[in-house]
Amino acid sequence: MSAIFPKWTNRLPVMIIIGGALTASAVTAGVWYYFTPKYARVGYQPIQPVSFSHATHVNQLGMDCRYCHDKVEQSWFSNIPAASTCMNCHNQVLKDDPRLELVRESAATGKPIPWVQIHRVPDFVYFNHAVHVNRGISCVECHGPIDKMEEVYHAKPLSMTFCLDCHRDPASKLRPLDKITDLNWTWSDDPNVAAQTQRAKGKEMMDHWRVESLENCSACHR
Amino acid sequence: MRYFLLIFGVLVVLVVLIAGRRGDLTRNRPLQIFPDMKRQLKLRPQTANSFFVSGLSSQLPPPGTIARSEPLNVGGQAVYPFEDLPVNTGRNPGTTNFVELNPLPVTAQLLERGQQRYGIYCTPCHGATGEGKGITQKIGAMAVVANLHDKRIVELPDGDLFNTISHGKNLMGAYAPQIALEDRWAVVAYLRALQLSRLGAVDDLSPEVRATLK
Ligand code: HEC
Ligand code: HEC
Ligand code: HEC
Ligand code: HEC
Ligand code: HEC
Ligand code: HEC
Repeated sequence: MSAIFPKWTNRLPVMIIIGGALTASAVTAGVWYYFTPKYARVGYQPIQPVSFSHATHVNQLGMDCRYCHDKVEQSWFSNIPAASTCMNCHNQVLKDDPRLELVRESAATGKPIPWVQIHRVPDFVYFNHAVHVNRGISCVECHGPIDKMEEVYHAKPLSMTFCLDCHRDPASKLRPLDKITDLNWTWSDDPNVAAQTQRAKGKEMMDHWRVESLENCSACHR
Repeated sequence: MRYFLLIFGVLVVLVVLIAGRRGDLTRNRPLQIFPDMKRQLKLRPQTANSFFVSGLSSQLPPPGTIARSEPLNVGGQAVYPFEDLPVNTGRNPGTTNFVELNPLPVTAQLLERGQQRYGIYCTPCHGATGEGKGITQKIGAMAVVANLHDKRIVELPDGDLFNTISHGKNLMGAYAPQIALEDRWAVVAYLRALQLSRLGAVDDLSPEVRATLK
């Protein structure tokens, strides 16, 4: 009696199992790696209408973030500066530079500069800059090394895990209030000493400022 | 099986090549795979909004209105921002003369606040010591910056300094939008302390401190 199925079909179940397992693990790995804000958001760097550089203004000129983002200590929202803020200096500096054409036009006519927004939490999340900045959380924790960026990019995922990781243990991130905008600041040049001091001082500041560890859903979804 | 493995391998390599690694810089807007309720019809500050003629979601206040705020406490008296008082205008009420002295009580706290605000808003141009040798001047980007130890400026009344900070003067811009009213007086107080640091005489020191001088 001749065989109805050729001989290789004996291996078919094994092949299907191996193939299925490979495909499933590849898809799982892909989703795990790619379907997260760590991939989707981090690195987003849109082209801005004016080639404004934080590296020039903050790192080289030593300007404080609050010179431009001046409402960050009072408001939930950290404002993008008005063109008149730029013109305080640029009425003398690079007065006729073509790169600043839009800024001059905006200052003269009031037409806003169309900056592209980079960081933005979903509308069902309540976020507040003033709370964090006045409780010793530095800009660098959520925005990365802005002072080194020629063009701003999204450096941290700003996902719910990211927020909660810190809210569970704020002591590991707190720093003195006058060092909030000093993005390169550490307790000590030696990383071991810095980590130790952070633990000791962080605990102290938690008690002193009565910092709460906010993990209730209603803290951020209200 | 061989073909399957080959296609599988090619697909994996393709996906990795196209999608790249986490954290790669990209000009593309982040994809939203499940939009859920992430974007809702609500006004957010500093965004475009076609509802208003100007196209801005953050409207400018109509002329003559003031923001709702707590009154300022000046020596136990509640002062509102619309009142014609030295704290608000830097001038004697009903005149255009500048007030001679800071209307806020000068405390260590006020000076500390002034020092911090001065560091943020004034050092880029006037320098930490107020000589007009800030970084913008040092790199030769800015030509004219006033030296705050100039005899003329030292002799100006406090109200005039307040007015300069609030509304600017000649080439200097207005800082009222960036610095709150109380903080502007704090900066004036700190500026006076800076100037005094250059004008002090040895006799002003207490005998103990004087003894430590060489
Ligand atoms: C000279 C003014 C100036 C200073 C000083 C400054 N910024 Fe900015 N910042 C801007 C402008 C203008 C933009 C909008 C253009 C852009 O995104 O590059 C901006 C954008 C940003 C953004 C991105 C906003 C978005 O769309 O999500 C962040 C975050 C930021 N700044 C943080 C900082 C931090 C942190 C500092 C201090 C280390 C700082 N800035 C200092 C002017 C300034
Ligand atoms: C403290 C004064 C100051 C302020 C405020 C300021 N700038 Fe500048 N800016 C400078 C100086 C100084 C330079 C460097 C000039 C040079 O290279 O010679 C510069 C350079 C630039 C350049 C040229 C590109 C570069 O990186 O060299 C651009 C564009 C620019 N600024 C945009 C802006 C914008 C937009 C704002 C408002 C958000 C602003 N600046 C606010 C002082 C200032
Ligand atoms: C705890 C995290 C956190 C800290 C600390 C923080 N930010 Fe932000 N920042 C955010 C988030 C989240 C957003 C997006 C908010 C939104 O959806 O409008 C944002 C947005 C911004 C924007 C863009 C505003 C816009 O909508 O265009 C600027 C500018 C900014 N931050 C500056 C700063 C500066 C300057 C500091 C430090 C003084 C700072 N941030 C500290 C989390 C943080
Ligand atoms: C690096 C640490 C850190 C990160 C990251 C962080 N937070 Fe916080 N957050 C704090 C601290 C500290 C407080 C102050 C708690 C208190 O009030 O005692 C706080 C308070 C808050 C509050 C309370 C405001 C109030 O009025 O009670 C909200 C809302 C909040 N955070 C939202 C967020 C969101 C949303 C994110 C993510 C985008 C985030 N936080 C990321 C440290 C952090
Ligand atoms: C520290 C602030 C914080 C707290 C506390 C918090 N969330 Fe969130 N949540 C966020 C942020 C930020 C996002 C947006 C994440 C994103 O866009 O990637 C979010 C998103 C979500 C989403 C939508 C996810 C999606 O992609 O559609 C759900 C559902 C949610 N949170 C439920 C909860 C529940 C339930 C709790 C309480 C156990 C909680 N959250 C507590 C900050 C918080
Ligand atoms: C962007 C650069 C810049 C910054 C920042 C700046 N100034 Fe000035 N300031 C100037 C220039 C330029 C002049 C000279 C104006 C002139 O006479 O044309 C000046 C002049 C002055 C004068 C003298 C006014 C007079 O009567 O002649 C005072 C006082 C003064 N500034 C105080 C301040 C204080 C206080 C701050 C901080 C809140 C500040 N400035 C920040 C650029 C600046």
